[in-house]
Amino acid sequence: MALFLEVCSQLAGGFVTAFLLFLLTLIFSLPLGLLMSFCTMSKFAPLRVLFKIIVWVLRGTPLMLQIFAIFYLPGLLKWFVWPTMNTGWVWFDTTFTTRFIAALVAFVINYAAYFSEIFRGGIQSISQGQYEAGQVLGLTRREVFFKIVLLQVIKRIIPPMSNEIITLIKDTSLANTIGVLELIWEAKDFMVLDGLIWPLFIAGAFYLIFVGVLTIAFNKIEKKLDYFKA
Amino acid sequence: MSILEVKDLRKRFGNNEVLKGIDLTLEKGEVLAVIGSSGGGKTTFLRCLNFLEKADSGEIVVNGNTVYRAVSGKEPEILPSAQLSFGLVFQQFNLFPQYSVKENLMLAPRLRAKRKDSAVPYKEALELIGKRADELLATVGLTEKADAYPCQLSGGQQQRVAIARALMLSPDILCFDEPTSALDPELTGEVLRVIRSLKNSERTMIIVTHEMEFARNVADKVIFISEGMIEEQGTPEEVFGSPKSEKTRAFLRSDS
Repeated sequence: MALFLEVCSQLAGGFVTAFLLFLLTLIFSLPLGLLMSFCTMSKFAPLRVLFKIIVWVLRGTPLMLQIFAIFYLPGLLKWFVWPTMNTGWVWFDTTFTTRFIAALVAFVINYAAYFSEIFRGGIQSISQGQYEAGQVLGLTRREVFFKIVLLQVIKRIIPPMSNEIITLIKDTSLANTIGVLELIWEAKDFMVLDGLIWPLFIAGAFYLIFVGVLTIAFNKIEKKLDYFKA
Repeated sequence: MSILEVKDLRKRFGNNEVLKGIDLTLEKGEVLAVIGSSGGGKTTFLRCLNFLEKADSGEIVVNGNTVYRAVSGKEPEILPSAQLSFGLVFQQFNLFPQYSVKENLMLAPRLRAKRKDSAVPYKEALELIGKRADELLATVGLTEKADAYPCQLSGGQQQRVAIARALMLSPDILCFDEPTSALDPELTGEVLRVIRSLKNSERTMIIVTHEMEFARNVADKVIFISEGMIEEQGTPEEVFGSPKSEKTRAFLRSDS
């Protein structure tokens, strides 16, 4: 029983890290994704093409690879450019915080790409008539987007968004590849040091419970927006 | 001075010249009905008046002020106040689904009152806006639906809300783009009655419509647009009673 509690408390610490990564990724990648979706819909062709390519790369390569790239590539580049100034292969130093930040940056960029496509689908599904109605009432494009279109977009994209956000909490486990002490890392710790397998399943239960909470939350939001049809 | 003067308005989409020079004068309080077969350019004409399309060339003069002037191949000049000279009621209503009926009416005036250059304090403005919304809802007979959402209303009711919404900013000229074409036949009556009730010496209206009976009864002036040009214009008696153009006669025959 004492062992069980010790496992749980250590896993809880890992979960807090995973949750923090999850939350911060959402906070930064949602607005960034919206901005990227505007770029992929831009009338200015070079910008549009550039961002289509960025989205293609970000969605077309494994997230784990991108985590490695963010963590190691700056150091490598520095080594190529100024070999004499080389202080090692890792530009992010090896403290926990910097590892966490490297993972966060990778997650934010990667998820912004996915979110941008969901936003784009939602924005393009809103009828032109909504924009025109706003325009003839003398509203600016900005007002039309934020006061009229956005909530309709949100209502429409909640199902694909909830899918993506549920994937995100599980993807945080990839951060253990660069030594972020998240949930899976902590569970593996028991396997490596104590030869215990079952903490991994407890870790699974942590994810499962959290996804359950998310599912309920999304259902609530969906219900809340049920009062109108769009 | 005429409330509206349109001079040689032209518009093309690619190779398709949709408006081939529309000239028009309208006096304050007049109701103009625009008729014509689909594809003839009447909706494009209305959309150009509301700046949803930018005419390639021509002028739009409201109350003696040139609010829009375009010369072929150049960026058109639009007066900042131009948009609010016109109001538009759409065929598909285009109400904002997430807002209640009253909020639909109040949204645009409210956002305008919030802007920095607004002369009246926001709180005072808000009160006036609310009052005006109540008045207009009464005008279109929907006072009891003030808190309903668009999805709870029939098409006819939605269109009446759209009319009230367009009136909130007191446009000089209120335009209707086939206001009953998207409605079930039994719902057109209520909308047409509301439009008719709006007619007074102060309110100028342009109505693109397929309802010939309505055009005949309500309009002071009728224009028949065909292939991007005004083929015939005059009083309803002239256009419907004794059309001069063969095209007009053919159109009116096919319609009845």
